[in-house]
Amino acid sequence: MAGYTSRKRTSSVMMALCWAATIFGISWLCLILGALLWNGFAGLGLNVFVLDTPAPNSEGGLRNAIVGSLIMTTLGVSIGTPIGILAGTYMAEYGRYSKLTDYIRFINDILLSAPSIIIGLFVYEVAVVPLRGFSAIAGVLALAVIVIPVVVRTTEDMLLLVPVQLREAASALGLPRSHVVKKVAYRAAKTGLITGVLLAVARASGETAPLLFTVLSSQFFSLDLTKPMANLPVVINYFAGKGYDNWEQLAWTGALLITMAVLVLSISARILSAQKEKK
Amino acid sequence: MTDMTLNPGASTAAVPGAGLPEKISVRGLKFYYGDNLALKTINLPLYSHKVTAFIGPSGCGKSTLLRVLNRMYDLYPKQRAEGEVLLDGQNILAPGQDINMLRARVGMVFQKPTPFPMTIYDNIAFGIKLYEDLSKSELDGRVEKALRGAALWEEVKDKLGASGLSLSGGQQQRLCIARTVAIKPEVILFDEPCSALDPLSTAKIEELIDELKEHYTIAIVTHNMQQAARVSEYTAFMYLGELVEFNLTTSVFTAPAKKQTQDYITGRFG
Repeated sequence: MAGYTSRKRTSSVMMALCWAATIFGISWLCLILGALLWNGFAGLGLNVFVLDTPAPNSEGGLRNAIVGSLIMTTLGVSIGTPIGILAGTYMAEYGRYSKLTDYIRFINDILLSAPSIIIGLFVYEVAVVPLRGFSAIAGVLALAVIVIPVVVRTTEDMLLLVPVQLREAASALGLPRSHVVKKVAYRAAKTGLITGVLLAVARASGETAPLLFTVLSSQFFSLDLTKPMANLPVVINYFAGKGYDNWEQLAWTGALLITMAVLVLSISARILSAQKEKK
Repeated sequence: MTDMTLNPGASTAAVPGAGLPEKISVRGLKFYYGDNLALKTINLPLYSHKVTAFIGPSGCGKSTLLRVLNRMYDLYPKQRAEGEVLLDGQNILAPGQDINMLRARVGMVFQKPTPFPMTIYDNIAFGIKLYEDLSKSELDGRVEKALRGAALWEEVKDKLGASGLSLSGGQQQRLCIARTVAIKPEVILFDEPCSALDPLSTAKIEELIDELKEHYTIAIVTHNMQQAARVSEYTAFMYLGELVEFNLTTSVFTAPAKKQTQDYITGRFG
């Protein structure tokens, strides 16, 4: 009986420690989000969306940075997604039993967890130096490199979740492999694949380091992909902590915008996967 | 390499049903999973428009044998077959065979119902569209015919646009049969088609198999001996990768030639 009481006591102590750790972790998250919401909303107004980034202590907004971020994220994701899906498809469908797939998966996992500053440096070497200047194209490339491993990973995982029996059933109708993949496996894994792309968008839209080395940023509104282009992460990085009140405010607001965008995407991804489970 | 040595264990002396047209003839078939020999020189006919049941304890190779007949094993590495499987006299194991065409001729229905993640209509139309270029109305007709053929039409005719996954297990299995029938195969392989179904759905599927044999040659793997006795004309009893006995179902169940067969069907082992 003594053993039982002491086990119960240990259990209560451990439970209390778990609670404490959870509350400690979550409270920091709440503080960060609270500060972001408090400071970010204060500067949220129409001007943020219609005016470009200003000089210190003058009126301005984030229009050029918002548009730049949208353009580069969209292009980066559009380049990275097909490559990632094709690679993931090879790994799950065609090369499932091949050694090559093991190597690709290993390398892809390294790429997935590589610090993004390294990706920035790499693209700097291969795109910025030869083209003799920072450009939106280089930024797009860097973002694509960030997107690819995320999409490869989710594509492979989601296709592996498609039951083997479904593939066999499709093959048993005499469907060529390409049809089995396109018409049956992709369809069965659709929500998972979309979730993967949304996660990649979320990841790409918040990255600062790779953009610092590739597009830099710009004070002006520009749609020219061969020139530097304003973007939210780098603008935030530049405006924050410089001591100008209006810059400080815009940095907070920009951070809020990115967080909101990522939040909306993550929630959509969650809703999509939840729908899948229901079926 | 073709090893034509006859299986000493198989009752090949007086082949039952000799003289009937053979839709499929299995000759000296050996099958390997890697280095593991799973089928040891099988010789077996599947007669045209007859139902042949494969029975035997788990791991005896009956599903493996079935999966050779449409070369389903080809999807996996390190699985290979030796010997001959003649479909209308053509060796389907020979190199250069068009496997997709083979699978269109030899359809398969699996243990677990596997509707595709699409509408009931598309589940059927999908396969047809692959082989034939039909107008919308012709396609509608074919879908209806297939669903009627699988005794499912009355239950789904008002919800063809609903997802195939919304049907019950028994309906899903009949949908899979309809899908297989729709592309007009010549042979249909059933791999324990009722093991995931309730008795009522099982009865419907068995009834269906009985109707299907008019148009198709059928092979069915089953663990349920009553089922084998009910639906088949011929029965092959397999044990440890060998064909122990092949005969008319009535003979196998009333007067088995081998002791092993008798022990199995009377429930003494397996």
